[in-house]
Amino acid sequence: MRISTIKLLPLIAILISPTAMSAGGGNENLDSAYINLSDKVSLRKGAHTFVNYCLSCHEASFMRYDRMARDLEIDDATLRENLMFASTKPGDLMKVNMSAEDAKAWFGVKPPDLSLTARSRGPDWIYTYMRSFYRDESTTTGWNNTLYPNVAMPHILYEWQGMRTAQFETGGTGTKQLAGYEQLTPGTMDDRQYDDAMRDLTNFMVYLAEPAKMVRYKIGFWVMLFMLVFIGLAYALKKEYWRDVH
Amino acid sequence: MSLINWIDDRFPLTKVWNEHLAQYYAPKNFNFWYYFGGLAVVVLVLQIVTGIILTMHYKPDSTLAFASVEYIMRDVPAGWFVRYLHGVGASMFFVVVYMHMFRGLMYGSYRNPRELIWILGMVIYVALMAEAFFGYLLPWGNMSYWGAQVIISLFGALPVIGEPLAEWIRGDFVVSDATLNRFFAFHVILLPLLLSLLVYLHIVALHKVGSNNPDGVEIKKNKDKDGNPVDGIPFHPYYTVKDTFGIAVFMTIFLAIVFFVPELGGWFLEKDNFAPADILQTPPDIVPLWYLTPYYSILRAVTFEWLPGGAKVWGVIAMGAAIVMFFFLPWLDRAKVRSIRYRGWMFKTALTIFVVTFVMLGFLGTKNPDHIDLFFFKNVIWAQIGLVLYFAFFFLMPIYTKLDRTKPEPDRVG
Amino acid sequence: MSNDVNDGRRRLLTTVTTGVGLAGATALAVPLVASMKPSARALAAGAPVEVDIEDLAPGQMKVVEWRGKPVWILRRDKAMLADLEKVVSELSDPDSAVAEQQPVYAQNATRSIRPDVLVVLGVCTHLGCAPTKNFETGAPSGLGDDWVGGFFCPCHGSKFDLSGRVFKNVPAPTNLVVPPHSYVADNRILIGVDEGSAA
Repeated sequence: MRISTIKLLPLIAILISPTAMSAGGGNENLDSAYINLSDKVSLRKGAHTFVNYCLSCHEASFMRYDRMARDLEIDDATLRENLMFASTKPGDLMKVNMSAEDAKAWFGVKPPDLSLTARSRGPDWIYTYMRSFYRDESTTTGWNNTLYPNVAMPHILYEWQGMRTAQFETGGTGTKQLAGYEQLTPGTMDDRQYDDAMRDLTNFMVYLAEPAKMVRYKIGFWVMLFMLVFIGLAYALKKEYWRDVH
Repeated sequence: MSLINWIDDRFPLTKVWNEHLAQYYAPKNFNFWYYFGGLAVVVLVLQIVTGIILTMHYKPDSTLAFASVEYIMRDVPAGWFVRYLHGVGASMFFVVVYMHMFRGLMYGSYRNPRELIWILGMVIYVALMAEAFFGYLLPWGNMSYWGAQVIISLFGALPVIGEPLAEWIRGDFVVSDATLNRFFAFHVILLPLLLSLLVYLHIVALHKVGSNNPDGVEIKKNKDKDGNPVDGIPFHPYYTVKDTFGIAVFMTIFLAIVFFVPELGGWFLEKDNFAPADILQTPPDIVPLWYLTPYYSILRAVTFEWLPGGAKVWGVIAMGAAIVMFFFLPWLDRAKVRSIRYRGWMFKTALTIFVVTFVMLGFLGTKNPDHIDLFFFKNVIWAQIGLVLYFAFFFLMPIYTKLDRTKPEPDRVG
Repeated sequence: MSNDVNDGRRRLLTTVTTGVGLAGATALAVPLVASMKPSARALAAGAPVEVDIEDLAPGQMKVVEWRGKPVWILRRDKAMLADLEKVVSELSDPDSAVAEQQPVYAQNATRSIRPDVLVVLGVCTHLGCAPTKNFETGAPSGLGDDWVGGFFCPCHGSKFDLSGRVFKNVPAPTNLVVPPHSYVADNRILIGVDEGSAA
């Protein structure tokens, strides 16, 4: 097949521009979350954290308890004892009892549903966010977040991470930049343990946002294998018939 | 009497089979660029089938729509697969259609006697963009909502009729449940019917005159003693078998995307759309999906407030004109030859510039106009350069196609 | 056209490719067709229902919903239980021989696990109307002097006894359906789940 330059140009145009590959915005410095959905232990830990700390205010209203148990290989007894506080039926959606009016009154804004946060903000964002809280007496909750300034959410997991303040400096372009954190009181976890716990939580939230991810790569592999075989056969068939032509 | 005979006595089955498949003669030199018409039909069927299934579960109500899509993704057996097929299918439809149109530009398929095929094709293109636009509101994500808000308000920019028109389209003063419901009706019934009819007419028109080919030679000019073009081959079995191969390769790429990267880094499924529509929170950058971005770019490139009526109106006019220009192609092209293979350097250069410009405009359409994402100039300046080059391709065509030194077109296919 | 067409090879390749192609198309169609099966939401809504009958007095009936259908829970008193034998000769299927209408453990005269508590779907086996209860005996019931109590379907006149068994010479062909159910405690019934298994 003669490929003239003209035909290659559109492809070249797209490939040359590296920024073409990033369709999303975001110029924040995010830490990498290193998601691994085949690590079920991690997912279960993340689920535990999520249900025990997040689900009191946030909803995961698109996920059902029994689906989560099935995908994460959690047995029924464990599910009911450790992961179901707001419902009695495993088939229920993971909703909360906090009404929208109450939420607005207490926080100023309804805590968003977290079902899809890993897809709308990305795992790296979540991982960074959960590790970016610091003490700030000027806010109503006494907490602030370097990734999401003046967020209405307090640091729920401060017992794990401990309390710390943030130091800022004025950067080259005149913008306020984070210089570092200073630990005030220790938490029950050290930095490494807290990071791991947040990685597990983020891992779980990636699963939460798209349970189909647990199966689609595996199915896709077999589909590709089949398609390659079919391409081979279709090509041979084409070649066979086209021997007539010329 | 056989079943076929019974049917043939009552319906032109064998006649249609022969005239349009088994004894429809197509040029024997179809190349890579000739797969895309057939592939477009495949994608159309796929979109309709997956669309019907989605309609069984989707709820066209502003309070229920977003949740119903997640219901499909999680609760409906294999619902995620159907959703991804449909979403990836929408983008692949445009990939295929743009390749198909590019073939037409290269080989002069729009020229006499195929002007009507080209015009019908352009109507299909416009209908397809409308179909995609209406469909995009349905998930009721934040980008869906604000994208619709922005595009409809463009119509509001038209003088005198603008605001009433925008209200009439929306069925409300802002994009709302009323808008969602009617866009559902347009996306699910009106445009699919229209598209199916147009595709049928497009193929009827094609079969009347016969296909063009990469050499631009009219194969009907040289017939053998049986009355069949010497450079032609019956569509069945030769092109049915070749298209099967083409479909196999296409579906492999398609399914690879569906299973491994359905979002395609945000190009096929935008991140902002995984958050529900929020009338209080506009996304930082409102951009349409990639296939509409070249025109979005042209719209935003017109920033000259000194124009009578202001920049906004002229932006809308420029955007509309950009699409309308394609319709005039058969009459703008004054060359003596049909295919790029026999044209001179002027047309080849012009077409190259046009393609690069189109891609550049598309890229710029996804970016903030005030940033610098190419080099040196702000995006809006590059978009303005792109706008000039885009229209120059069409406006100057009567001149450079006439002046161009062409090679003699052969009698027979190469 | 070349003359050395190997018809055999051509036919083989065509057959194999078509076969594989059809297999692929079927594999694509399977999930599309499966998407019409009941979703997780439908299955969750069809989940078992727990009912407390602590407060259900003899002679009283409770109605709950399971899988979109009414379930009658009737605690029969001694008189009702005694009357069950009187109507046997008037019933189409007094021994509940038609197996689909009840689980094995309800294939008895009282059509229940506990003799006094009847658990039955309130859906007439003729065309699906909801029969009304009529526990008055004799003429005041409006169903004749011999009426000892049961259920009457207003749509086409079918009658069922206090075990949900269908009378002869009525449009309904079979006894009322007893759903799978089990006792999770003395006075707690789980409808939708057989003893020791999930529905």
